[in-house]
Amino acid sequence: MGNIGGGLVFLVFALVTVFSAYLVISSRNIIHSALFLILTFIGVAALYAMLDADFLAMVQLLVYAGAISIMVVFGVMLTLRGGPENSNGDTRNAIGGAIAALLTFVVLGMVIFTNSAWLTTGTGISGGSTVSDVSWLLLTKYVVPFEVAAVLLLVAMVGAIILAKGVDDSK
Amino acid sequence: MPQYGSGLFVSIAHLIRGLFGGTTVTADVVMTVINSLIIWALIALAALSLILLERKVAGWMQLRTGPNRLGPRGWFQTVADAMKLLGKEDIFPAAADKWVFGLAPMFVIGLSVMVMAVIPYGKGMVPVDLNVGIFYLLAVSALTTIPFFMAGWGSNNKFALLGGMRAVAQMISYEIPLVFSLLGVVMITQTFKMSAIVNAQSHVWFILLQPLGFVVYTIAATAETNRAPFDLVEGESELTAGAFTEYTGMRWALFFLGEYANLFIVSAVAATVFLGGWQGPFLPGWIWFAIKVLFMVFLFLWFRWTFPRLRVDQLMHFGWKVLLPLSVANILLTGVGIYIYQLIYPAIGG
Repeated sequence: MGNIGGGLVFLVFALVTVFSAYLVISSRNIIHSALFLILTFIGVAALYAMLDADFLAMVQLLVYAGAISIMVVFGVMLTLRGGPENSNGDTRNAIGGAIAALLTFVVLGMVIFTNSAWLTTGTGISGGSTVSDVSWLLLTKYVVPFEVAAVLLLVAMVGAIILAKGVDDSK
Repeated sequence: MPQYGSGLFVSIAHLIRGLFGGTTVTADVVMTVINSLIIWALIALAALSLILLERKVAGWMQLRTGPNRLGPRGWFQTVADAMKLLGKEDIFPAAADKWVFGLAPMFVIGLSVMVMAVIPYGKGMVPVDLNVGIFYLLAVSALTTIPFFMAGWGSNNKFALLGGMRAVAQMISYEIPLVFSLLGVVMITQTFKMSAIVNAQSHVWFILLQPLGFVVYTIAATAETNRAPFDLVEGESELTAGAFTEYTGMRWALFFLGEYANLFIVSAVAATVFLGGWQGPFLPGWIWFAIKVLFMVFLFLWFRWTFPRLRVDQLMHFGWKVLLPLSVANILLTGVGIYIYQLIYPAIGG
């Protein structure tokens, strides 16, 4: 792929990502917001794919974009009373939003630019097939965080089931 | 074993590439365009012929003739139906969410095309041979719930919304065993690449090594494609036509097209992953592939016309309490099997 072609493709996907992210917060209809969120995630997945992180791109699609449909269903079931119009009305708090965005940006920037361990752009960890490298690292060097994340998800899942079904006090 | 005539399409592709200078960007672009056109044509062809096949098989299983008026033995029936649908009025319900309603059928077809790009149709006949091929296929298939929901939501109709919600619940539930059932094969081959998975089956098909995986896959795939006995997404007496209730003409036809494209896709994946893909003696690879896909399609038709329908709660119980544990057990068994195999033949894996 030529540099110009690559840049053009990047530009298209970056614009799609940012613009649909803007529509997520500006849309008045919460269903439209959720659908635009899917588009944002797909755009991010495309950017991952352009960075040769093909496995990560697919995980992004499967986990984030695929799971949005569940979120939409819950959005419909839990939030809609009356019509969909203005169901996402509380998005006009510009000052609060700006402060939150700025704080996030500053914190992320500080983490990324002050910690030199993050700067691994020169030498990629993975060579060739990202899948085998990722799985190898996950099950050797990073096995403890991996298992901790798994336990965390399990706790969340059990919690969700208890919240949904309730606890049987008679036992 | 030798195959004759396998290289026919590969040679044609090579010839076309040669016209544009072999490995240049122009040749790549031209080949991409041709490949995607072929995939579109394949979807149309698959839908037209599979619908006819479905009606013929249904008739045969129920001791009736099926369509038999138009053309020899009724072979032109689906073509006529498609023509009729093309001429129908495109109705948007007044209260519909216009964009969501209008875009949903296009997304169904778009996703099918994206998935069909990574299927190996024959030796060297993968339009895009991704490193993460089968994972890409699953990730994109995971998105197919979204157009269903969009259709149900956008119609602004209670039956459509209920049908859409049901489609999401069913497809999400059965997606997990579907993904897990394919993991066993990935563990054995240690690759996501579709062509490599086919190549690994030159001696033994994975249906023999992964019989449980194949059974779980077939059941989950039936549910993923919303076909009977798991066709709860539609129900004349409860939901009318589910998410498609408000659709007419070509938009409805696109959903129908997507349904049969999905049937083709799940059959093609089963043929690729479990039945050895294009591997087979004497006949060209793409003919073997077609035979295996047709066999899988016939299996799915057979299910549809012989099994009674499930209830919604039975469907959910079956998915979460039977299929999911079975698919996890299959992964465990495969892992243990690979470990034992490695003890005997240390050369494999690692």
